[in-house]
Amino acid sequence: MTAASVAQPSRWQAWYTTFRILYRNKRAFAGFIILLLFLLMATVGPYLVPLDMTARYDQRYLPPSWEHPLGTDFVGRDTFALIVHGSRDVLSIAFLAALFTVAIALTVGMIAGLQGGMLDVVLMLLTNTVLTIPKFPVMLVFATIFRVKDPVSLALILSIWAWGGLARAVRSQILSLKEREFIEAARVMGLSLYHIIVRELLPNIMPYVAINFLYIMKDAITASVGLMLLGIIPFSASNWGMMLNLATKQAGAIYIPQGLYYALSPMVAIILFQLGALFFAHGLDEVLNPRLRS
Amino acid sequence: MVILKRVGVALVTLFFVTTLTFFVVRNTPGDALQEWALEIVQTYGISMEDAMKQVRAMYAYDPDEPVISQYIRYVKGLAHGDLGTSILYKTSVNKIVLQALPWTVFVLSTSLLLSFTIGALLGMAIAWKRKTLLDPIITGYAALTGATPDYITALILLIIFAINLKWFPTKGAYDPAIKPGFTWDFIKSVLYHGVLPIAAYTFENTAAWALAMKGSAVSVLGEDYIMAARARGLKERRIMTRYMGRNAMLPLVTGLAIAFGGMMGGSVLIETIFNYPGMGWFFNEAVTRRDYGLMQGLFFLTAASIILANLIADLLYSRLDPRIRLEE
Repeated sequence: MTAASVAQPSRWQAWYTTFRILYRNKRAFAGFIILLLFLLMATVGPYLVPLDMTARYDQRYLPPSWEHPLGTDFVGRDTFALIVHGSRDVLSIAFLAALFTVAIALTVGMIAGLQGGMLDVVLMLLTNTVLTIPKFPVMLVFATIFRVKDPVSLALILSIWAWGGLARAVRSQILSLKEREFIEAARVMGLSLYHIIVRELLPNIMPYVAINFLYIMKDAITASVGLMLLGIIPFSASNWGMMLNLATKQAGAIYIPQGLYYALSPMVAIILFQLGALFFAHGLDEVLNPRLRS
Repeated sequence: MVILKRVGVALVTLFFVTTLTFFVVRNTPGDALQEWALEIVQTYGISMEDAMKQVRAMYAYDPDEPVISQYIRYVKGLAHGDLGTSILYKTSVNKIVLQALPWTVFVLSTSLLLSFTIGALLGMAIAWKRKTLLDPIITGYAALTGATPDYITALILLIIFAINLKWFPTKGAYDPAIKPGFTWDFIKSVLYHGVLPIAAYTFENTAAWALAMKGSAVSVLGEDYIMAARARGLKERRIMTRYMGRNAMLPLVTGLAIAFGGMMGGSVLIETIFNYPGMGWFFNEAVTRRDYGLMQGLFFLTAASIILANLIADLLYSRLDPRIRLEE
């Protein structure tokens, strides 16, 4: 074994250490398991649990049984299948929204931090506006004006007013990084701006961005389900938000005792996912921030 | 000079938001106006052209007018406190605001004060005495409310206490059978109808205040004046409330001021779930029924009040804490 390989642990070893720290932190590990289950549910779940959308009025609002683990909805469809198929929808929208949000935030924060000057002032004024005006009303307005028909357009609406906090944080990190020696050295060596951004700056802020990615996803789920609950963007009947909308409005499942399983299922699914995301993000914070470890 | 700059930034933000809403929302109110005109044709039996003219005059909308002059007229209207016209209710937005705002302010200021007071006290307690049972309970509670969107809390409260136990009403701000006025019956009815919305907000926000207070209080505890107070042999309780509490409260006051500004818009989801006729409820009406006039007016008011609240919080903070001067 050479000295170099001792000094630099292999990639696997790094993953193993990460996993061990996560495993030791019980809350973070629980979050990890929850997120993993949801990921499985959204990816392979729909193939394992078939969704039958035919209406069978004689089977409406059945209580949980072996055949229907979460009972049935107001027209006799299996609630569990709806939740599983909805998870793909909910998670992919949230993932896309977080992707867009992070992209905007990185662009704005990087440009403002690196360029400085008048451009910085204008971008920060814009960021300030985004941070000041509450997100949800803005999303509502945008959702009515641009007809939302697919996950991508919904994700865009969710991200258009959500990037403020991250952009500001990225900017301040860039401002402090750019004074550090290794960046100075890269500059003196005449490395390209592209190299400096991609190879030197991005790896340094990526851990922070990764944690925020989870928080943004969590917020995107809250917002997208909220929009659907209001019935503003109806495009998928199995989406958890749509289920909540149907349960509270048209079908009125919340008003009859038999409808409770159907009404509570999407709520529990949302709370579980959000808890998983919160716990895992906290744990990740500890992994990437050694100072937080106890 | 710094204050002037802050005011300037606030004005620029307000201008930016106004312009944005104008150009985004302006997006063809044509269809809605046509429907309104058709309604007038049917009820009054006048010609479509006359009806259209009438509607345009009421809504102050002329498709042939250049966009810029429409915009200038809109801003001038705002400057005179005219928030526009609702197509749905066929009245001025100002009238709707006068009707809706008191409900929102009642529910939100009550729950804001409740959650702030309870949260600050809890936060102080867990910062003062670490390693009690209270600390993990508050942390768990904070994780739970952090994971539960406020509308789900509201829905669960509605299902349990209004629909199943029937302890509280499912909708409205007061019993319509009681004549509004300064009577005991009316006040009782208002309080009774407000319990669930207030509970939903309070439950959702208390933990966040507690954690903020704890964080702030823990950092205050390391200060020299706490040590000095201890050395002087002051009573524990006095150190906790006067020395730690008051100082730890400072950063939270800013958050409280901003929260008060943010409440003008109400919460669309909570007010819709409880069918509570506040600002958020009307905003939902405007959005789902595409009443662009009402949407624009309510949105402007929400944005303006929160910008003002941020400005006040900024200025207030440096006033309350002389150690902090507004930075350039």
